[in-house]
Amino acid sequence: MGLCASNTGTGKEDQNMQRQIYLKGMKDGIPVALGYFVVSVTIGIAARMAHLTPAQATIMSLTNLTSAGQFASFAVIAAGAPYVELAVSQLVINLRYCLMSCALSQKVDPQLPFYHRLLMSFGITDEIFGLSVSQKGRLSPWYTYGAMSVAIPGWTLGTLVGILSTSMMPQKLLSAMNMALYGMFIAIFMPAARENKVLLPIIALSMALSALFQALPWFDFISSGMKIIILTLAISLGAALLFPVPSEEECL
Amino acid sequence: MRTYGYILVMAVTTYLIRVIPMTLFREEIKNRTFRSFLTYVPYVTLAVMTFPAILEITDVSWISWVGFVTAMVLAYNRVSLFVVSLGCCGLVFLLQLICG
Repeated sequence: MGLCASNTGTGKEDQNMQRQIYLKGMKDGIPVALGYFVVSVTIGIAARMAHLTPAQATIMSLTNLTSAGQFASFAVIAAGAPYVELAVSQLVINLRYCLMSCALSQKVDPQLPFYHRLLMSFGITDEIFGLSVSQKGRLSPWYTYGAMSVAIPGWTLGTLVGILSTSMMPQKLLSAMNMALYGMFIAIFMPAARENKVLLPIIALSMALSALFQALPWFDFISSGMKIIILTLAISLGAALLFPVPSEEECL
Repeated sequence: MRTYGYILVMAVTTYLIRVIPMTLFREEIKNRTFRSFLTYVPYVTLAVMTFPAILEITDVSWISWVGFVTAMVLAYNRVSLFVVSLGCCGLVFLLQLICG
């Protein structure tokens, strides 16, 4: 009980509380929407190069919500490859969403109804997941819906703007808006690192290995999406074996 | 039309990856190592994705570093997500205007 018992996300919240949680999700989702918009503009530009129409590019962004996956898909589509090749490439690139979905399944109320699970799953992206998992105690689906309701339009509109106006935005504004996205990542893992002493060296190690993987020419054959998967699996497994989380900290 | 076929294939694949664990694991996982693993995954992924990619977002390397360090210090001191995110965004934009 204690902290873990709050925000159960089932029938126990009244409507007013659900509204509060939803609004908090929306507010936290604003930097995500901004960052998404920027990245998505570049997706729109790439989509134009791959000869997608504005409608196709926009529908793809609305139904897929995956930057790395969409970027990778353009080469496959432009090559006219078989559908199965596209499916396999998406599976590998987006495998981390599977890990995130596992983590999120442990964060919601075990009694959470099926339709909430179906709907929340659609919004599992790096950023929305990061926000959702860093909530104290049980995760209410309304928080995730709040974040989704601003982030998804940001992502979809960015693609549309990108494909319609290939290069009208000043570069300095684009790079600053990219900083907002990374600033949000940092604002998710650093406060947790302060509360859990083990996390700080793990985060430092993750960054160091990531930089090493990037710098060493031997790893050039591995795509950046694959590098993220390999490093995440290896470091998290090592950390779990060396520093198992005590049961009272499960709601970290 | 084939392009819409591609879009459908990738949308279904990506949704299945997201929805299967979330609907399959309806009970708490008891295995301590697996639970610990899932606890560490998000933080490790975000750290790996942030660094060194964050250093390449502007053409001027020291401005990217200033943005990175500012965000790290603010976040460590529990400044809210919104302020950290928009603060380092604004700072980087200003530095680029003044010094770029």
